[in-house]
Amino acid sequence: MKPTLSIFWKHAKRSSRDLAPIVLVIAFFQYLVLKQPPDGAIGLVFGAITVVIGLTFFVYGLELALFPIGDAVAVALARKGSVFWLLTFAFLLGFGTTIAEPSLTAIAGEASLVAAAGGAIPDSDDARRAYVIGLRLTVALSVGTALVLGVLRILLGWSLPMMIISGYALVVALTAIAPREIVGIAYDSGGVTTSTVTVPLVTALGVGLASSLRDRNPMTDGFGLIAFASLTPMIFVMAYGGIIQWI
Amino acid sequence: MDLIQSGLSTILKTGVDVLPIVIFIFGYQAFVIRQPMPNFRRILGGLAFVIIGLGLFLIGLDHALFPIGRLMAQQLTAPDVLIGTAGSHHWGSYAWVYVFALSIGFATTIAEPALLAVAMKAHDVSGGAIHVWGLRVAVALGAAIGVCLGSYRIIAGLPLHSFIMVGYLIVVVQTIWAPKLIVPLAYDSGGVTTSTVTVPLITALGLGLAETIPGRSPLLDGFGLVAFAALFPIISVLAYAQLSALASHARASRRRKIQGRGGSGHLEEN
Repeated sequence: MKPTLSIFWKHAKRSSRDLAPIVLVIAFFQYLVLKQPPDGAIGLVFGAITVVIGLTFFVYGLELALFPIGDAVAVALARKGSVFWLLTFAFLLGFGTTIAEPSLTAIAGEASLVAAAGGAIPDSDDARRAYVIGLRLTVALSVGTALVLGVLRILLGWSLPMMIISGYALVVALTAIAPREIVGIAYDSGGVTTSTVTVPLVTALGVGLASSLRDRNPMTDGFGLIAFASLTPMIFVMAYGGIIQWI
Repeated sequence: MDLIQSGLSTILKTGVDVLPIVIFIFGYQAFVIRQPMPNFRRILGGLAFVIIGLGLFLIGLDHALFPIGRLMAQQLTAPDVLIGTAGSHHWGSYAWVYVFALSIGFATTIAEPALLAVAMKAHDVSGGAIHVWGLRVAVALGAAIGVCLGSYRIIAGLPLHSFIMVGYLIVVVQTIWAPKLIVPLAYDSGGVTTSTVTVPLITALGLGLAETIPGRSPLLDGFGLVAFAALFPIISVLAYAQLSALASHARASRRRKIQGRGGSGHLEEN
């Protein structure tokens, strides 16, 4: 039990260190620039403590349960060499981690409130819930697709810059035709997908795969999966916004 | 009672969220890898931690990160914090917003665990050519400039897509000249910056700015800060790579000169 407890403390320290710079910056501005304590400061402090505890439990649980299996499965699949199962794994990994991503849940909820207030969707609980689920499914689908593309690239040795630049071109083209209300949310959803859950598993998959293939370099071929995962959501969400409007 | 009830329902909901990935990883283990699961009880315990942790995080998010982002946006745009003549909404009056954006962008990124993990992996894989701290500072600077420029865009009411497109152009041009080794890593570092804590905070900051500044709509202007924070690190990491390549090139040519001199001296001795 003892080593597990020390791992737990390590994570508690790490998530408070994650939050500490933010607390420092905000405290600096509150005391030296704004010079007025906000209403409900105690509630905010309480909330921040909840964030630290939640993040600690979350990452600790991930490391205890999901990361070892995810790592093992990624390495085993890369070695096994079945392209079909590897691609299926990549898709499900992207989809599964994104659906569970807390920052996506958060931003989708906020986006639904803003969209309802702005009149883009009806202001009812049902409409907002449908919007949130639609957005999360779209983003999760896009990350699944991104990892499939990324794994294919590693297997076939396609050029990453060419693919990313064509992705940029697609983003630019879709921006011109997508409804204006969705563009900001779409651009932001690119950055949202890749955090706590996704990055470690996805980096392990890419670098593991590139190291197990003979003529691939883990540096130039192993990285790049995250780049795909933060590009495709923009394309998919803009397409989703367009489709919703046309229906 | 209310708090406990809402807490329980949040935790229940996150359980449903985590379900797909659990089913799929267990399914793979059982049907594709076909090996018995090691440490089954440890994994169940870990899952319980994941679900409770995610639930608590989401509760804290609603009670701290979102309100703080909004509150900072409101306070920093209050009339007595603005610089210059009162009542004018010139973009230059919001100097404190830019300072806050710069510091929050830098502070959240430099401490980001995902970035540290990627930087250490890059250090190993590149055989020490990429320094962990160099990469972290480059990414954090990129994120800081991104959030700052994004806030300026919201305040000035300029279109998001033109900024992003110019950013893309810069990335494309840099890609042509940057050392090939760094390009995939640079592309990845854009996604790494925007962590679970950062995203809600700067989203709320952007929405708060768009709500308080007259003439801005949260729906059209409020989003986009995360996109800026994800784009600019690509540019700053590519620039870092170009600069360090130039520096090592200069060092190498200097060393060659010194060696050349040493070599001729050696000859004279003989």
